[in-house]
Amino acid sequence: MSSRDNVMRKIKAAIKVKGDDAERRGAVAERLQQAPVGIVPQRGQLPDAERLELFCAMAAQVGATTARVDDYRDVAAEVSAYLRARNLPAEVRLGADERLQDAGWDTQKHLEIRHGASDGGDLAGVSHAMAGIAETGTLALFSGPDNPTTINFLPEHHIVVLKASDIEGDLESVWALLRQHKGKGEMPRALNLVTGPSRSGDIEQTIILGAHGPRALHVIVVA
Amino acid sequence: MTSSEMKGAGQPRVGLFATCLVDLFRPSVGFASVKLLQDAGCEVHVPVAQTCCGQPTYNTGDRADTREIAEQVIEAFEGFDFIVAPSGSCTAMLKKHYPGLFAGDPAWEGRVQRFSDKCFELISFLTDVMMVRDTGAELQAKVTYHDSCSGLRELGIREQPRKLLANVEGLELQEMQDSDVCCGFGGTFCVKYSDISNAIVTKKVGNVGASGAHLLLAGEVGCLMNMAGKLKRQGSDMEVRHVAEVLAGMTDQPPIAGGSK
Amino acid sequence: MELAAKHFKTAAAKALVDAQLQKALGNVEKGFIGKRQMAADALPEFEALRDNARDIKNHTLAHLDLYLEEYERKVTAAGGHVHWAETAEDARRIVLDICKKAGARTVTKGKSMITEEIALNDHLAANGIEPVETDLGEYIIQLRGEHPSHIIAPAVHLNKEQVEGDFRRVHTHLPEGRDLSEPVTLLSEAREVLRKRYFAADVGITGANFLIAETGSSVIVTNEGNGDLTQTLGKVHVVVASIEKMVPTLEDTAQILRVLARSATGQDMSVYTTFSTGPKRPEDPDGPDEYHVVLLDNGRSSMLGTEYQDMLRCIRCGACMNHCPVYHAVGGHAYGSVYPGPMGAVLTPSLNGIEETGQLPNASTFCGRCEAVCPMRIPLPKMMRHWREREFERNLTPATARYGIRAWAFVAKRPKLYRMAVSLGMPILSKLGGSSRRLKSLPFAGGWTRHRDLPAPEGKTFLQAWAEQQAGKQGAAR
Repeated sequence: MSSRDNVMRKIKAAIKVKGDDAERRGAVAERLQQAPVGIVPQRGQLPDAERLELFCAMAAQVGATTARVDDYRDVAAEVSAYLRARNLPAEVRLGADERLQDAGWDTQKHLEIRHGASDGGDLAGVSHAMAGIAETGTLALFSGPDNPTTINFLPEHHIVVLKASDIEGDLESVWALLRQHKGKGEMPRALNLVTGPSRSGDIEQTIILGAHGPRALHVIVVA
Repeated sequence: MTSSEMKGAGQPRVGLFATCLVDLFRPSVGFASVKLLQDAGCEVHVPVAQTCCGQPTYNTGDRADTREIAEQVIEAFEGFDFIVAPSGSCTAMLKKHYPGLFAGDPAWEGRVQRFSDKCFELISFLTDVMMVRDTGAELQAKVTYHDSCSGLRELGIREQPRKLLANVEGLELQEMQDSDVCCGFGGTFCVKYSDISNAIVTKKVGNVGASGAHLLLAGEVGCLMNMAGKLKRQGSDMEVRHVAEVLAGMTDQPPIAGGSK
Repeated sequence: MELAAKHFKTAAAKALVDAQLQKALGNVEKGFIGKRQMAADALPEFEALRDNARDIKNHTLAHLDLYLEEYERKVTAAGGHVHWAETAEDARRIVLDICKKAGARTVTKGKSMITEEIALNDHLAANGIEPVETDLGEYIIQLRGEHPSHIIAPAVHLNKEQVEGDFRRVHTHLPEGRDLSEPVTLLSEAREVLRKRYFAADVGITGANFLIAETGSSVIVTNEGNGDLTQTLGKVHVVVASIEKMVPTLEDTAQILRVLARSATGQDMSVYTTFSTGPKRPEDPDGPDEYHVVLLDNGRSSMLGTEYQDMLRCIRCGACMNHCPVYHAVGGHAYGSVYPGPMGAVLTPSLNGIEETGQLPNASTFCGRCEAVCPMRIPLPKMMRHWREREFERNLTPATARYGIRAWAFVAKRPKLYRMAVSLGMPILSKLGGSSRRLKSLPFAGGWTRHRDLPAPEGKTFLQAWAEQQAGKQGAAR
């Protein structure tokens, strides 16, 4: 008997599974199919403008900074301004996300753009979020060539572009969006929910930003 | 006037479960309980067949003996309208843990549940059932109140004693830090794990001392003996009493562990 | 890991007089309790979410075989491999095989209690593969050759001066003048050292906070980002997770996530919540080439259907130990088990047997604070009591306690005998108290009087005094 069989046999015996088990199978199939939404906090259930405000407030609370621009064409200028204000070299790492291809990079002649996954040598990376979650100031990011996962974690500064209309009230709404993108039960290789910059409290419970991931998280919200 | 003369038509008949620690170490809490209950309009009885609620055996894993003790308590008390105890932990034993001892026994299940439903901790019984707001007591004192664990977390007793204390003329309540944290008594824990218990009670009496009060109250004699014992060992002159003594205006008896020196 | 739970008392006594440790333990109360309360208070739905989280896990456990089947199917469909391990030994062997096949020389590790449970690091090292812990706390204790003293804050027993000493000892490249006096400089140093290790590692090993049946995903919840670097940069990602980590759907995961971080660190969300599903896809520029899940039983299936089943709801947030007065007093190492504190006191006997671990469920005041804060509403004191019952049934309770308690029960069950005994005994004890009304020492009560005075009884018992008073009143009324 395989380990799998042994474990399963023990589980079934403990749960006292008997017969064809149709009822239990039905309950499981139904739950997986319907994926019932549980309790969704009121906090994020707001009209558009207030939801955006809440997202920015919650992001600030977890140590992220936010900026708002009116158009994708203004993103590059905001990126440049961010780097300049922190005395960082004018270089960023960027994936292949279509929405970021025409983000006004041509207006920032001095800004060096590196494409593809991060190799650990980047001080700043730019990603496009799939969604934002107002309830907790969280960003949802898909892996893939558009937004390589390494950009989320290796650069010291992570700049994330987020469309205002992609800001949802809660995680459950992001699941609905995810199913629209990928289909029911399907996922990108990695889905990263990011809530503020990296931190650790492992030494004397003193919270320090920038443990292994980015020391700073900057969100550019495009109207 | 005797208690039987006070008996009126609508008076609830209350069986006082004094608890072994009150019975053995602090009878004045028993008398204070009787007074508070009588003042609230209850007819109070003290069945002589009472010994212990069974916590020591229960928490040592001796379920069989615990069940026998529970049967005896139920038999002695089930005839009353209410069963009241001046202790959160003993009440929780009667109210919350007895039913589990009889689970699956049809001869007892209904009976134990009817019994447990009638069990109340003294202070919460006064405020929540008898609707007492003011016990008419007076005491010029700065007091601090320790929330004993079972009363607080198993029975939800937090505001009740504070409400009644707020109406004691002259009494000022000074909350200590972490009033809801265990004092380290824990029944047999305090002797089985004496050193750990000591560390916990040391922290606790530190908070008691820092509160600025000079009288420590709680609703549980075990905790009070533990804290009083530690305070005295440290040479503190903090007085320690059961909250019922203050609410009943019966503070003529020396405080717990308090003597001529 | 050598289990030393039977030495709990000795270890606790040492811990109580360890000044460094006592100083560090202050951070547990300071760092967690207030933050959790604030986070809970700020979410009106928190209590309802706790109920729902409990119900989700109960439902999952009742259908665990079926959800595991579906999960396995989805992982496989995403190109991942599922390995089943009945025991810790099986799991170690499976992980080692994967590492060997990958030709691994070093592996990086995200923080994971399950790999502590199966003592994976020692096994890898013994087979010539270097495990590198990357979580800051885990890294520190690995340098010290220690085990975690807390399930989410592994180095909470240490002060920064001790960490500085360890870094200077091991990071020999450091110039003497480098300032390492503060957590921030210590963190920078660890970041720099570990960055190289991620890239050099062949395999990245993580645990999982959840396994999702609907999608075949494993989820890790972290703050540092080390877990993500571990699982993204290695050629092979190995997830080691026990079977009860299963949840049905993404929605169910969202519910439990809402209580997890709040209960653990007082955050609304931890910084990184990562859902991983299979290996790198053809179009992916990054991610591991292989994705393996080692599903570990190691005693869990034996808890199902017993009075310990509720323990399988545990999501390892650490709130129980953060709020435990015993943990605050002695710290995590004294427990001598992988899992310390109240959850460990219940789980450890399930995993390792009550014979050697009986101290743990006994070392509790039953103050109930652990249950009050447990996001999954696990009745921890009740289950510790069940372990005491198992001990008592099997005559494992120490003889003195056993005879003492049986003697008490004998008397307590006989009210007349009880009355006689106490009416004789209490006046004597009262007299012994003298005018100070307390006893400084008493035979058979050394456990009490070593540290505190024993308040003397008033004299007569309440029932005696009451009977006399009633008799007096009746006499007067006549």
